[in-house]
Amino acid sequence: MKKSAIEIKDMCFSYGSHLVLADVNLRIKEKEMVGIVGPNGGGKTTLLRLMLGLLQPDCGTIKILDQTPEQASNRIGYVPQHRLFDPLFPVSVLDVVLMGRVGKSWGGPFSKKDRDSALNALNDVDLYDKRFTAFADLSGGQRQRTLIARALSSSAELLFFDEPTANVDSFAERKLYELLSRLNKDLTILIVSHDVGFVSKYVSSVVCVNRSVLIHPTSELDGQTIQDIYGKDLSIIHHDHRCSEKGHTWLNF
Amino acid sequence: MVEFLKDLQTYSFLQYAFLAGVLSSISCGIIGSYVTVRRITYIAGAIAHCTLGGMGIFRFLQKEYAFPVTPLQGAVVASLLAALTIALVKRYGSQREDTVLSAIWSIGMAIGILFISKTGGYNEDLMSYLFGDILMVSRADLMLIGLLDIIIVGIVLIFYNQLIAVCFDEEFAKISGVKVEFFELLLLLMIALTVVLLVQVVGIVMVVAMLTLPAAAAGHIVKRLWHMMVVAILLCLLSTTGGLALSYQPDFPAGATIVIFAGLVYFFVIGFKKLKNAA
Repeated sequence: MKKSAIEIKDMCFSYGSHLVLADVNLRIKEKEMVGIVGPNGGGKTTLLRLMLGLLQPDCGTIKILDQTPEQASNRIGYVPQHRLFDPLFPVSVLDVVLMGRVGKSWGGPFSKKDRDSALNALNDVDLYDKRFTAFADLSGGQRQRTLIARALSSSAELLFFDEPTANVDSFAERKLYELLSRLNKDLTILIVSHDVGFVSKYVSSVVCVNRSVLIHPTSELDGQTIQDIYGKDLSIIHHDHRCSEKGHTWLNF
Repeated sequence: MVEFLKDLQTYSFLQYAFLAGVLSSISCGIIGSYVTVRRITYIAGAIAHCTLGGMGIFRFLQKEYAFPVTPLQGAVVASLLAALTIALVKRYGSQREDTVLSAIWSIGMAIGILFISKTGGYNEDLMSYLFGDILMVSRADLMLIGLLDIIIVGIVLIFYNQLIAVCFDEEFAKISGVKVEFFELLLLLMIALTVVLLVQVVGIVMVVAMLTLPAAAAGHIVKRLWHMMVVAILLCLLSTTGGLALSYQPDFPAGATIVIFAGLVYFFVIGFKKLKNAA
């Protein structure tokens, strides 16, 4: 049996008096590619931030690679949305990728090892030739791949993506998926997305977050059903299960 | 201009002024680049204006009670306190940040004005604090400016990678294990020290100009942070020496001339870039 990369037990979290996540039990095995979906305000991003150690759960436990999220945070490669970055910030592509190595030392210049792993990561995402280009001069898809390289350069074992398909065209999306499935051979990948179309096409299971959390293997999903249901802007995961504003409800067919 | 160059060889006050411009350009270019890319001009402005409080109190103690302190030391204390307060509020406070900054900005000034009005003698010092008086820089001031330069350059050389990571993406830096709070505080304290340097050169009111204009112009010329710092240092140098030289013969206020010079450099760079892009 594969070891678990993420194990969450009886976890809950609230912002002030507003309960965001309750009774979360989740186990994700190593080298899986998992999508996290759910309606806006359902708690996807909160769950991600909890797993990154940026927020503390009110109850229950979160284990990432058998460690607490804070301990494991340097084994997680986080890929935020590329549009959040200041387009005027003066950095080259290589500068950005090297930032993945910055937590490895207390200060001083980057070592040869740091440079090598940054260059390797750039190779992995096909941006080696662009390494001296200004980050600001890249296309959206290239910026995203730069951020993936930054996460890879830290020799992460897990990759967390926040809305990878937001502001990326369909060509870049296809390239992104090819890259992800290549990386998935060695890494566990978690994709937070409202774009269920992208997620359900590619991942092995889907986690539906709407205050509580349910996990579904994609093999149980009928592709056409998902298309139909999500096309109507409803966050429904399985033909007998819905992830609605009121929380999970089970329909009896 | 000829007279400036001739007098520069003879008068020590002019040599001190010239050196003050050169030395402060180093910190100004480096820290100005951080202020510009982090978009925290407003924080720099609040710290700058707050220094008047420290200067006023220390000058009061010096003149009225003969304490062995100088207004410049008061500025150092006030700016560091302001930086510390801002860091604490950012970390723990639930207040609106701009409200807190405005409070520090104006209360600091008010305290300064109160103490200056209750200090005997002429109050012309107030004008030199607000608008700078580079020609009054003493040997001791120069030593202090040099020392602050060494501290700032040293810190930035050691922690350049950490600081750029925090400025570019705080959250990612934190996840990677960088002590983000520490480096934020460090940056604020360095801004505070640089503000004190620049208060000597251009005065409280115009500090923000020197922290943004050269760095922003540099940002239009080069595309990496340390390149930006080097170019910003050169542009600062150009502005301080150019402004000082131009102001000398017609007896213009040096601080204002320096700031106008920096402004012209900034608009020239932008205009040149626009023309180049259009061509």
